[in-house]
This record gives sequence, structure tokens and C-alpha cells, in this order.
Amino acid sequence: MKINSVSGRGLPLPGNDIDTDRIIPARYLKCVTFDDLGQYAFYDVRFDENDKPKDHPFNDPRYKGASILIVGRNFGCGSSREHAPQSIKRFGINAIVGVSFAEIFADNCTAIGIPAVTAEQGDIDNLMNFVKDDPACDMTVDLNKNEVAYGDFQISIRLPEQSRSALVNGSWDSTAELLSAKDRIQETASKLPYNNNFS
Amino acid sequence: MGKSLLDKVWDAHKVRTLPSGKDQVFIGLHLIHEVTSPQAFAMIREKGWKVMYPQNTFATVDHIVPTQNQARPFADPLAEEMMQALEKNTKEFGIKMFDFATKKQGIVHVIGPEMGLTKPGMTIACGDSHTSTHGAFGSLAFGIGTTQIRDLLATQTLALSKPKLRRISITEKLGKGVFAKDVILAIIRKLGVNGGIGHCYEYGGAVLDGMTMEERLTICNMSIEGGARIGYVNPDKTTFEYLKGRELSPKGKEFDNATTWWSSMASDANARYNDKVEMDGSKIEPMVTWGINPGQSVGVGENLPNPESLPVNDRETASEAYEHMSLKPGQPIRGTEINVAFIGSCTNSRISDLREAAKVAQGRQVAKGVRAFVVPGSQQVDLAARKEGLDKIFTEAGFDWRNAGCSMCLAMNPDKLKGREISASSSNRNFKGRQGSATGRTLLMSPAMVAAAAINGKVTDVRELMK
Repeated sequence: MKINSVSGRGLPLPGNDIDTDRIIPARYLKCVTFDDLGQYAFYDVRFDENDKPKDHPFNDPRYKGASILIVGRNFGCGSSREHAPQSIKRFGINAIVGVSFAEIFADNCTAIGIPAVTAEQGDIDNLMNFVKDDPACDMTVDLNKNEVAYGDFQISIRLPEQSRSALVNGSWDSTAELLSAKDRIQETASKLPYNNNFS
Repeated sequence: MGKSLLDKVWDAHKVRTLPSGKDQVFIGLHLIHEVTSPQAFAMIREKGWKVMYPQNTFATVDHIVPTQNQARPFADPLAEEMMQALEKNTKEFGIKMFDFATKKQGIVHVIGPEMGLTKPGMTIACGDSHTSTHGAFGSLAFGIGTTQIRDLLATQTLALSKPKLRRISITEKLGKGVFAKDVILAIIRKLGVNGGIGHCYEYGGAVLDGMTMEERLTICNMSIEGGARIGYVNPDKTTFEYLKGRELSPKGKEFDNATTWWSSMASDANARYNDKVEMDGSKIEPMVTWGINPGQSVGVGENLPNPESLPVNDRETASEAYEHMSLKPGQPIRGTEINVAFIGSCTNSRISDLREAAKVAQGRQVAKGVRAFVVPGSQQVDLAARKEGLDKIFTEAGFDWRNAGCSMCLAMNPDKLKGREISASSSNRNFKGRQGSATGRTLLMSPAMVAAAAINGKVTDVRELMK
């Protein structure tokens, strides 16, 4: 599937260095499928010990149905658990716009077809404020124009070219493409001394 | 210009450049565990794909295993289900599994090196961010997500972007009571928790040159806490000595051939780096974290920083940290009372870690009211420690001695903090909720410092107990 753009309403989530333990607490990793993870996204900051909802953007009715998450710096730091972007995706998010992302998290997003794009701090602040004032406004993350358009505004976004290209060309779903080079994989492997027990 | 180890290993493993611009890279060693692999196996099963290189793939169980009662079925049905899924998947796809019965089970990043699976010049991947640990041998080792595990199972390759390279030199000599853990915490404090994004770290300098393999493993382990997905140390005599005689190391003439190849993969003297950082190792103190990320640390003799004194970008997280930790700017970290002491994790659960902690615990008693426990990193570490009598030293001092596993590093098993408890922990992450309680608190430090905190019931400069 080619992903050229994502449109929808925004969900602002302020804060920096939000780690993957915060996004999906480890106890919800005890599962053999990702299917049910949406309900557990940000669980410990969304609910108290008695499972009562707390004040959190993911619980805010104004953002219900939003599909573009707006975040701060170093989002998704910590563990490699794909459960983190999977839970966000299954909550209903199709793109993330932030100041910066931890590397494994960003790679995991690309691998499951979620553009994780970055913008300048000032632009992110403006975008968050705009959405807080007008949560019903639609926006578009455009990977060809490298911009997010909302209201009368556009902000520039960045995404590593290799990830952008994979999303736009549809090769983010990577296994088939990798598998097509089977002969070359075997050729590379056969030249590595450790694959021949150093004999 | 010469080549770095990063260049050489990358080139040797590169299959081709993909249309996206990423490189398709062969992975020499794929390690799997129960938490991040079941969905990947489900994906390849659904497509009818096979595991392309089962001989390069090894499994163990670590995250969910209880460290007390390991009788099957596990008391937690979800843990039992994950264990069974791994048993079924490894059997069906012909993958060697180090389970309890082999007596070689343990934390995946502890058993790779001790079995001789981890070797210089290799690419290594595992669905766990602390895979950077294996870089201690001069390999390129990194964590991946489950969708990438699917790719790796089916093709033994990954689509990767080559990172930039930063050389980090630690000069001079470490002081008494200062360990590898303190060095990496000091590096992360200096470069920041996101300073390494997009980078591979090459660690070197006199301090690294003089370190044992186990110390280098601790350094590389926490590369990811500084944002660097990969960290490595160039292979040298220390590396080869460690590998000699390991169960899955090459033997005889093959070992000599291997040494020649491994040596050739080290960075050339005139290798190109994107940037270089130097730190004076003699100035590093025993470190303790006070906040909610591993960059928020101080030397044990320091007072906690005022958020205003920190770089602008760090102030908001610092304020959040003070609120969560119930600590105040300006107060000393020393003397902070603790409830729990945890010695273990892929960062610090090897035999040398346990020895250093045992020296502190020997002949002393855990403070009243402190729950203290030691979790060896593998069944083999457990056995070696028992042979030396370390288990006795710890239990006589009032520590609990457990079976191998990830334990309270991430609390996917019965070992958890309760409520607002505060732990002195030899693990790698102090994120909110990391140790199993949303309101729980974690102070990261070296195993010897954890032992000292357990004895005094509060954060203590371990050097006082080493006189």
C-alpha cells in the first residue's frame, strides 16, 4: 500500500522524552497478538489505580476520532517494543508529527505504515495550540509536499528520505522486497567467515 | 582515509542498496525471546514463509520468567502462554532454544556472550533495545521491532540506514569504587538521552582498553539509553581471550583463523568519525540517577541540580522528575532512603557484578525494612556464583537469591515495586512505572552501590564501605 498522505483531526500530546514504558506499560506486553492493544495505550497516565479515567488527551472527548498525533521531543525513547506504535495505531492514529523521535520507535512506525514526521519546535507549538483551540479542524500530512496543512497554515515537515520513499512507494511492508534477493543474500552469507566456521 | 569497524562490518554484510535508498544487510546472529517474537512467527506462518537461516537463530526465555517458583505451568497463565508459544515456534521452525532444561537459559544479552555466540565482526539483531550490549565484542548489534523480526526470520536480512559514527574516548584511569556502570551513566549525562539518535557510538580510550569484557558489556548495554541504537568497542586481545574455549567459539586452527579476521575488522588508526568526544575517566564519581530518565544523574557526592541550571530543553522533564520522585533541587542524593535493592538485569548481572556487590555485602546485614534480592543473569552465572559461595554471602547478609531472568528491570514477571516504593537498582531504566508500579521510583547505580544502599537503607557512597 502506498502512503502519500494522511488526513484527519489532530490529537496534541505535550511533553518530551515520553518513553515506551509510558506508551504501553510492560504488563500489557504479555500477549501473543497486537490486536487488543489500542485500549492500553498510555494506560497508567490515562487511568488511576481503580481504572478511573484521568485527565489525559487520549481521554478528552474533544479529540475523539482524531488520527494525527502531535508530540514533543525524543518521543518513543526506551525499549524496542513494537507494542508501543501498535497500541497507538490500534487506538486510531495513522500519522505522528513531533519535534523528534527515538530511532527504533521511528523505524517501527515506518515498518507498520505510520509516517512519523518531524517539524521545528515552534511549528509544533503552534500546531498544538491551533488544535487545542479548534479540535474539529482537519489537517493533512503530505509526504510529497513535505508539509502539514491545517486551516490556512502549512508547516514544513521532515522524514528521513529512505523512510519517506518506502512509505510513498509502498515498500514499507518490506519482507517481499527483501526476499526477492534470495540469491544475493546467500552469496553475501557464504562470504562471511563465521558462516563457514572459519575453516 | 582508513575505515572504521562500522564501515567494514557494514560493507561485509551489505547485500544491496534498495530502491528506497536503505541498504539490505545480512544479519549474522538473530536472538529471540518470548515477548517480541510470537507476532512475528504468526506473520510468517500466515504467509507460508520459512525461517531462512535457523542455524543463525537462537532463542531463550527471560522477560516473563518468575525468579522464584519456575515450576510449569507458570502461575501467571499469560506468561505460560508466551512460554508455550516460544516452545512451539522454535520447534516448528528448527531454532535452537536455551530453556531451563539446558541449564543455559538466561537473559538473552547475558547468554549470547557466555555461550560464544556473540563474536566480533558480526551483525546481531534481537527484538530488544539492549541488543547494543553485544557491541562489546566489536559487532554491530541493535534492537529491532516485531515487524523487523518477521523480515529477519524470513530473509535473514533487514532494510537499514547506516548511522553516523561518534568516537567516545574515556581517558586516564577510573578511581576506586567507580565501575563501568558509572562511566556509561556519566557519558549519558554529558551527551543526553537523545544525543545519540542517528549515531553509532565507538567507545575507546585507556579506560575501555583496560576493561574486562564484562565491563565493556555494561557500557555497550546502555548505548540505547543515550539514544544510540548501536555501540561497540573494537575487538582486541581481551576479546579473543574471553572467546577462547567458549562452547560455541571456533576451536584450534579455526580459532586462529577467526582471530585474524576479527582483528582485521577493527577500526583503522585513521578511520573517519563524524565527531569525537573525550572524557577524563579519573573525574568520574560513583553515579546515581535521581529522575525519570537515565540522563538525570549526579555523582554520589553532588547535590541535585536546580532545573534553571540545566539546558533549556531539559528543564521541563526535570520538573516532572522532581514531582514524580518527591525529591528537591539542592538536596544531596546521598542519604535518600530506599525500600528495595535489586541487583540484576542485562546491564549488571554477570559474575563480576555479583562479586563486586558481594564484597560490599560480606559480613554485613541488609537494613531493616529493605527488601533486597540478587538475580543472576543466567543459569550459568548462577552456577558459577554458587561455586564461589557468593549466594551464601548474599543470603547471610539478608538478600534473597533468585533464579535467572530479567526480574524487576521491567516487571513483566512477579518481581515488582509496590506503590510509591523506591528502589536502588542495578538495571538500566528509571522511567515512570518501569519497575511495575505506576507511582514507583527507581535510582539507577552500580551493583556495588546497590549493595551499599541495601546495607545502610539509604543511598551511600560505596567507597566508605570499601576501606
